[in-house]
Amino acid sequence: MAGKTNRIGLEAVSYRGSKTTLCAGCGHNAISERIVDAFFEMGIEPSRVVKLSGIGCSSKSPAYFLGSAHGFNAVHGRMPSVGTGALLANGTLIAIGISGDGDTGAIGIGQFVHLMRRNLPIIYIIEDNGCYGLTKGQFSPTADLGSRLKTGVVNDLPPIDTCALAIELGATFVARSFSGDKKQLLAILKAALAHRGTVMLDVISPCVTFNDHEGSTKSYAYVKDHDDPLEEVSFVPFFEDISVDYAPGTTQEVTMHDGSKLYLKKLEDGYDPTDKIAALKRLHETQRRGEFATGIVYIEPDRDDFLEQLNTVDEPLAFLPLERVRPGREALEEIMESLR
Amino acid sequence: MLPTDLTVQENRAHGRAERVVNDFSIQVATVNGSGSQTANMVLLRSILLMGVPVSGKNMFPSNIAGLPTWYTIRASTRGYIGRKKEVDFLVAMNPETAKEDVLTLDPGAAVVYDEPLKLNALRTDLVFYPVPFDKLVGPVCPDAKLRRLVRNMIYDGVLAKLLGIDMALMEKALSRQFGKKGKAVALNQGALKAGWDYAEAKLAKQDPFAIEPMNETAGKILIEGNAAAAIGCMMAGVTVVAWYPITPSSSLCESLIGYMKKYRVDKATGKATFAIVQAEDEIASLGMVIGASWAGARAMTATSGPGISLMSEFSGLAYYAETPAVIFDVQRVGPSTGLPTRTAQGDLLTIAFLSHGDTKHIMIMPSSVEECYTMAQEAFDLAEQFQTPVFVMLDLDLGMNNWMSSAFTYPTTPINRGKRLNAETLKTLGEWGRYKDVDGDGIPYRSVPGDGMPAYFTRGSGHNAKAQYSERPNDYVENVDRLARKFETARAFVPKPAIDLRAGADIGLLGFGTSHWAITESRDQLREETDVSTSYYRLRAYPFTDDLATFIDAHDRIYVIEQNRDAQLLQLMRLDLSPDRQKKLRSVLHYDGLPLDARTVTDSVLAQEGFEVAKKDTERVSRSGMTGGE
Ligand SMILES: Cc1ncc(C[n+]2csc(CCOP(=O)(O)OP(=O)(O)O)c2C)c(N)n1
Ligand code: SF4
Repeated sequence: MAGKTNRIGLEAVSYRGSKTTLCAGCGHNAISERIVDAFFEMGIEPSRVVKLSGIGCSSKSPAYFLGSAHGFNAVHGRMPSVGTGALLANGTLIAIGISGDGDTGAIGIGQFVHLMRRNLPIIYIIEDNGCYGLTKGQFSPTADLGSRLKTGVVNDLPPIDTCALAIELGATFVARSFSGDKKQLLAILKAALAHRGTVMLDVISPCVTFNDHEGSTKSYAYVKDHDDPLEEVSFVPFFEDISVDYAPGTTQEVTMHDGSKLYLKKLEDGYDPTDKIAALKRLHETQRRGEFATGIVYIEPDRDDFLEQLNTVDEPLAFLPLERVRPGREALEEIMESLR
Repeated sequence: MLPTDLTVQENRAHGRAERVVNDFSIQVATVNGSGSQTANMVLLRSILLMGVPVSGKNMFPSNIAGLPTWYTIRASTRGYIGRKKEVDFLVAMNPETAKEDVLTLDPGAAVVYDEPLKLNALRTDLVFYPVPFDKLVGPVCPDAKLRRLVRNMIYDGVLAKLLGIDMALMEKALSRQFGKKGKAVALNQGALKAGWDYAEAKLAKQDPFAIEPMNETAGKILIEGNAAAAIGCMMAGVTVVAWYPITPSSSLCESLIGYMKKYRVDKATGKATFAIVQAEDEIASLGMVIGASWAGARAMTATSGPGISLMSEFSGLAYYAETPAVIFDVQRVGPSTGLPTRTAQGDLLTIAFLSHGDTKHIMIMPSSVEECYTMAQEAFDLAEQFQTPVFVMLDLDLGMNNWMSSAFTYPTTPINRGKRLNAETLKTLGEWGRYKDVDGDGIPYRSVPGDGMPAYFTRGSGHNAKAQYSERPNDYVENVDRLARKFETARAFVPKPAIDLRAGADIGLLGFGTSHWAITESRDQLREETDVSTSYYRLRAYPFTDDLATFIDAHDRIYVIEQNRDAQLLQLMRLDLSPDRQKKLRSVLHYDGLPLDARTVTDSVLAQEGFEVAKKDTERVSRSGMTGGE
């Protein structure tokens, strides 16, 4: 594959970051690899990308992809606000935020909630291992009922379903995947890059060091056994002239903001990811069965995002010249006159 | 007894003959939510329009409606616009407080009161003017629902007649207040006139107080510090604002929203050259500011003590990761919720070192509304120049009260965007490291996303000069030592103090912020009443500049005047000063939630200088208990 370039003439190496310092086999590493693939395949200019994160093993991973993009590893649970600020300053940036289930579900739940409400154009990924990796394996708020720690402690509090919460709060692209499902994760990530608005992607990402044992509901083995895909996701970017044939009624076609196409091939019963109530119902049902519904859970491709609502000028606010941001003498004189 | 007290008593004797022209204070006691603010502003502005230096202070409860509020207007021929404790003329509209309001007056004061309150029975050494407000308001305001609001305008009419304020100017002030709302103007004009007519027909002037035309206020404006700061931010070219409502800072962002909507929307496209977001809390506010500044915008937030506490962790991140941020702290009384609607200078020590680890922050300290305007602009320059948070320290008195000021001048200097990487600098630097000190001033070069320059990874964890993750002891030490060097560099760039050296003065007074107004007046009192001459150092920033030591050396005793309990500024100074200099420091402290007044400063200095000071206290402190609320 060496030497293969994408539509903007870059090789895959241009999308790599520095060498990972996470544990070998950590689900987070697999996610970083898929992110590299997705940005490469979508032909996105790395200098247009900003990578944001909170604190945790997961939040370290922006250092391990897109090394030539700016990154900001902020404070624990507060990446949403930093990302919001960056996008307010420059709405032309492509923002990807990496969080953990502790970073989001515990300390950061407040900022998460408000980020979802605003439909800010950001890809928000939770690398979900049901525990705090970096502080050595305590339960996080996404730990399932009855899941057991290595120490024998059993979780008896109900988990926060970040997907259900995101749908409820107004995110316009909500998906769940598994770090071990290369194909599905890559398709979802590429679709995420074609979406305008908040993408909330919960990726179950086993922590091999603290939460991969028998009795844990976030171990590789458990997740593989209990993965309940909602549909078969394929994505065709706008710049690829590929037509997908399917028998009527078997596949749902969604046209994305940039003209890309998402094909969701229905499995067993007909799941409709544009139906909010059906999506929430499905999440509850699979959870009751002790399974994980994966795939695109909910999508609303055409709602105005936060930046459109603010009605700011098209250029990045950060780069407006002084004469456009300092009103003239008459303005000051008018204000002074009104105060006399 | 000091000569001062003698004069005061003479002045206060009942029925005194000599007139008191343009030098007294009026206090209006009402309940909040009754629309009295409009009547008070009209009164204030009409005195300004008479050419008389004037200031207005609102003492209000933390509550939306129904609790006592006092508004004090001070006219001063010498232009003193600080607080004056004594009330000369009371307008008693609030039945709940009227009795106590009257009982605490000094002899000789005048009282306009709501007739049914029968306050004239309380004392014989005051001048009373009963006004039947309810009877007067009926005919001028047929709509019963509006009467409560219009009623207050009647006392303006009564005062205009009693004090000799030109009715034409009062009407002018009225239309200023209501702008284009013609119906409201007409209604209130009616009420004004009803008050005037009543006073003319029924009230015989017995008090000595009068407003006479002067020529001291030509071109002057009346503005709150928060609004002045907002104008400064707009002129500084702020593009991103994130905030969370909290008294007394909300009106800074709210007036900014008003100005930006008017002056910062592109004519051609109707699109805004700014984004203002009401965040979910102060943590998010500062997070947004940091994210925006990191991406190259001029970004700010405004808050008060409780918000500052929440901003602690992010402040440390911005300091260590070196992103600019402009944070206005409109200080109120703490700790905790404290007295949310009262003023203080109590956040100094918290902010100087806000966040864990070795952290130090730049603070700049405006004293006047004009400085709110200019320092708002300086704050953005400093934040970008030093790539660090800059805190602008207002207080409730400055932020929310109306101050007379010269008109603001249009900025003529270019803005300073700091050391930003571009093709040229990149070439001369050769190899760029985000945290590399190439000029010896501790300030590195930075790039921002989307500027086409090399990227870097920003983090609050340990990093080396190339912004790479590092836990190496040497990297850590080099980095924080450079940050200390950067802070040293800032000494030469922060606003310089205003120093007034008096030859032969043994004493130096030192203060900052709104204490300035009490201090300047106190210096006159000290000189005129007791022949004590003082020098004055008005601090305008932290880190301290080098002339602080020089000033201390030139005097035997330094009175550090501040509005908090723990002498926070003095403690902060101690960290920088040699033991010899530390020994010269004395404290004048004021922390009851009301603005500092000159007499308090004078008395405290004189007492510490060994003079005998008669304690004469007309404070309203006892009342604060009654005006609780959250
Ligand atoms: C304010 C604050 N409190 C606590 C911590 C300690 N801390 C670091 S990471 C972490 C939890 C991370 O868990 P998660 O977000 O699930 O990420 P993971 O490491 O599992 O990927 C905690 C509690 C911190 N950095 N900051
Ligand atoms: S501790 Fe767990 S989450 Fe952290 S790097 Fe190791 S495997 Fe991954």
